[in-house]
Amino acid sequence: MNMQTAPRHGQTPEVGQPHTRNEEASHDLSIRVRDLSLWYGQSQALKGLDIDIFEKNVTALIGPSGCGKSTFLRCLNRMNDLIPGVRIEGLVEMDGHDVNTARMDEVALRRRVGMVFQKPNPFPKSIYENIAYAPRMHDLVSRKAEQDEVVEKALRDAGLWEEVKDKLHQPGTSLSGGQQQRLCIARAIAVQPDVILMDEPTSALDPISTATIEDLMDKLKQQFTIVTVTHNMQQAARVADYTAFFHLGEIIEYNDTRTMFSNPATKKAEDYITGRYG
Amino acid sequence: MSQSFDDISAQLKSRHRKSARLKWISMGALGMAGLFLVLFFADMLSKGLPAFQQAYVQVELDYNEDATRMGRAAMDPEVSRIVSRSFERLIPGMLRDDPDLLGTREQRWVLANSEVDQYLKGHRNKLSEAEREVVDELAESGQVTLKFNTTFFSRGDSKMAESSGILAAAVGTVMTMLVTLAIAFPIGVMTAVYLEEFAPDNRLTQIIEININNLAAIPSILFGLLGLAIFINFFGVPRSSPLVGGMTLALMTLPVIIIATRTALRSVPDSIRHAAFGVGCSRWQVVRDHVLPLAMPGIMTGSIIGLAQAMGETAPLIIVGMVAFIPDVSASFTQAATVLPAQIFTWAGEPDRAFVEKTAGGILVLLSILIFLNATAVVLRKKFERRW
Repeated sequence: MNMQTAPRHGQTPEVGQPHTRNEEASHDLSIRVRDLSLWYGQSQALKGLDIDIFEKNVTALIGPSGCGKSTFLRCLNRMNDLIPGVRIEGLVEMDGHDVNTARMDEVALRRRVGMVFQKPNPFPKSIYENIAYAPRMHDLVSRKAEQDEVVEKALRDAGLWEEVKDKLHQPGTSLSGGQQQRLCIARAIAVQPDVILMDEPTSALDPISTATIEDLMDKLKQQFTIVTVTHNMQQAARVADYTAFFHLGEIIEYNDTRTMFSNPATKKAEDYITGRYG
Repeated sequence: MSQSFDDISAQLKSRHRKSARLKWISMGALGMAGLFLVLFFADMLSKGLPAFQQAYVQVELDYNEDATRMGRAAMDPEVSRIVSRSFERLIPGMLRDDPDLLGTREQRWVLANSEVDQYLKGHRNKLSEAEREVVDELAESGQVTLKFNTTFFSRGDSKMAESSGILAAAVGTVMTMLVTLAIAFPIGVMTAVYLEEFAPDNRLTQIIEININNLAAIPSILFGLLGLAIFINFFGVPRSSPLVGGMTLALMTLPVIIIATRTALRSVPDSIRHAAFGVGCSRWQVVRDHVLPLAMPGIMTGSIIGLAQAMGETAPLIIVGMVAFIPDVSASFTQAATVLPAQIFTWAGEPDRAFVEKTAGGILVLLSILIFLNATAVVLRKKFERRW
């Protein structure tokens, strides 16, 4: 952090640690990120990020467009591998393993780090098949009965079971937008990952569907670590335990959500939160 | 100052006139195309439909001793002149196979020769006055008549128009297309999958891509030369066989299938790929379980169109020896065979007038198969089309 972005209140926290602790949240480490930089060809999109993400928490990433929050999110399950010309340096550590080494199989990583995308993207298959596909592929189920159980549990956890239990064999694309997004969440949690990444999961949804998904995130954090990117600051304030504010490829402030929104440590974060730019 | 509606309308008049004119011109073009199509079909139908009828004559056969050497001897000499020689030639063989026939007599409908056939259909023919009288007489008593031409659908080529048929060529076409499909479909689809889903976007893959696109525009006869040089001369594949013909046409069909498959793969939205990668699919699982099923209608349509194109191809097959006189239905992939367009080409070169309708009949058969294939492509596309 340079002078301009140095915190105004109190001491500089340890590297990667939130500025203020949220005493209600868990503080077991899930993902440790140190000095993470990323280039798209010549242009640097992430500039030496340090952040500790805690288990069974919702961590929100906020910041103006193009600040690198989605890019950072994709580093956590190596979705950036799919983009040609991307170069990554630094450490993303999960469960004692550096995820960016050649030894780490990205398929194994994505098995433990699920993802929900901005636009609901269910497979063009039945609702049942949308959920059952991944557990079957990862050999988590062997018998049909087991598979049925997994599908029901995932749909129940995603709060969709009551709405779809009578039409499990209709196409997933026949559902409404909000239902499709919950189907995608159910699909992600069906393999029991440790972390769920959400890339602006409600930006394509109406306010009621958004509220449903937010409630769902609140419930799911008892089982999973959730990292979510959002453009909606009220949403971050509502669902997140911790919030990281990104600007121009740097993490300007990482703080307990309540403190971040009531008493941000940096001027930039305060300006953004109060709507002076963004 | 603003313009009044009247001013604007006055200006608009000439614009409306122009658009009306353009509309009439384009409708005229469409009408023209439709007219040509109707003319073509009317011509083919009027020339080709008579080929599905053939003159038969009822003769009394007397299986005597002479007939074992010369079939003609079994018939009344006057009638024998209007019976197809291809039938006469069969008689000695029939007697050899079944000696009990010797000394018996029977009434039988047999093929008349092509001159009688043409005479009955009102076309030019080489029948003499005397022969015409015989035919007229027999026709009156119902002993000469036009019947459905089973020979055309159950025999191969012949030097005699009345006994030549399309079956050998149809079987040859089916066998050749099977070879083409078996080679071109898997190689084409996998090539496209590699280029589209796995290969990095670098100079090498760009060069390959340009070359594949150029390959689709190469004159087809060059593929024939390639087939001759590589498959026949180098690998020693039997010439004229469905195997070598199919391999040659596969070379020609490959770029069509590759391009169609790539287009189909590209039309699968990336969100599906991301979803699949997101749940931990390997690259191959993404392709096999998600991308290929969605691209399948496009792939199948493209492949069927490519196959239909190959089916109508004659030029490369001239070079590998499939345009030839092949009277027998091919029994294996390595025996000499011919294909429908090659058969049509051969018939079109026959001097005998009676082959004109065979040619047109062959074209009708080929057209029906092509229309059937294209309709299949449309049905498949509609059936497997899915929303996402």
